[in-house]
Amino acid sequence: MTLSSTSFPPAAGARILSLGGYQPGNVVTNDDISARVDTSDEWIRSRVGIVSRRFAGPEESVTDMAAVAGGKALAASGLSPGDIDLVIVATCSAEASIPNASAVVAHRLGITAPGAYDLNAACAGFCYALATASDAVRAGTARYVLVIGAEKMTAWVDQTDRNTSIIFADGAGAAIVGPVAEGKPSGIGPVVWGSAGDMAEKITIADRDSFLQQEGQAVFRWATTSMHPVAAQACERAGVAVSDLAAFVPHQANLRIIESIARKLGVPRERLADDIVTAGNTSSASVPLALARMVERGALKPGSLALLLGFGAGMCYAAQVITVP
Amino acid sequence: MNEQEILAGLGEIVEEIAGVPADEVTPGKSFVDDLDIDSLSMVEIAVAAQDKFGVEIPDEQLKDLTTVQDVVNFVTKNAGGSA
Repeated sequence: MTLSSTSFPPAAGARILSLGGYQPGNVVTNDDISARVDTSDEWIRSRVGIVSRRFAGPEESVTDMAAVAGGKALAASGLSPGDIDLVIVATCSAEASIPNASAVVAHRLGITAPGAYDLNAACAGFCYALATASDAVRAGTARYVLVIGAEKMTAWVDQTDRNTSIIFADGAGAAIVGPVAEGKPSGIGPVVWGSAGDMAEKITIADRDSFLQQEGQAVFRWATTSMHPVAAQACERAGVAVSDLAAFVPHQANLRIIESIARKLGVPRERLADDIVTAGNTSSASVPLALARMVERGALKPGSLALLLGFGAGMCYAAQVITVP
Repeated sequence: MNEQEILAGLGEIVEEIAGVPADEVTPGKSFVDDLDIDSLSMVEIAVAAQDKFGVEIPDEQLKDLTTVQDVVNFVTKNAGGSA
């Protein structure tokens, strides 16, 4: 007797079928922040490139935001909730350790009894989750996967800390991942991922009573020296040239960081996603949120190529090339 | 590499990263006060200097290098065999 190894027929490749983004309603300007801490609009714009960002309301949770973004992606996919076999929520700021956000989100969206787990790779979380979703579809352990990046960073940021309060914000972004049609090329390229645990103390939330601490200068140096080779390798493994990319969508960490990475990678400024300007740094939500917003306003054509790059605490990173749905 | 070459190379780096004309990058100038360069640009300059001169300037050292001459001296002193 032989053991069957898959639940579904393995797929030749996986792709993103649809996207969904959610930003809370509360717009926080640099002047609002300057009223609390010793900083200014000019200083924030020049150091991190943010003009405004969104803060979740006091009663609004990671799970709430994840469910809204996930619901949008599900609606846009044309699938019904029953088609989803697996829900992954990438987050590092969930309101509770248990229950996991993914199981609750699935229930709220009417997705009955899917596999559900939360994934913490900090700001790289969505790219990690996308890679594992793609693997699940290709292996046949799931047919359709709802992948969400959702964060309420403001719950973990000291709003009187001028180093972190100007950067971090809240939001969610989601994607539905499924198999490619037979004979069609894969829509999610091979992931290049890794971590640098030797630098793990550079960004921390030490315990439940602590705020996020970040050694900005060390993180800046690491990101601007170590991330462009990762991004370049993701293109190489996908078999695409940097010049083929319609967009480079890195984690919206800091405009200065991502402009530097783009420059070193050879991506023209106009192809660099700069959602951070009006969204702030939303950790694992930033990549899918930027992508969803770009597709929504028609800035990215379906079928074009985008390079995703997540990087942050851990120090975890992941990059892959995707076909825009 | 002599001091003049390091100074010229540093001028090119500063022009590329901070948009300050290379000929304004003279030994007595302070990066922050005279050239209006902030701490993040200093990190980028340090990284570019490492690529160009093969000398690593760690963050702990970087904060003490306030003038153009300080960086030229640091690179000269640490260039070792490649000087």
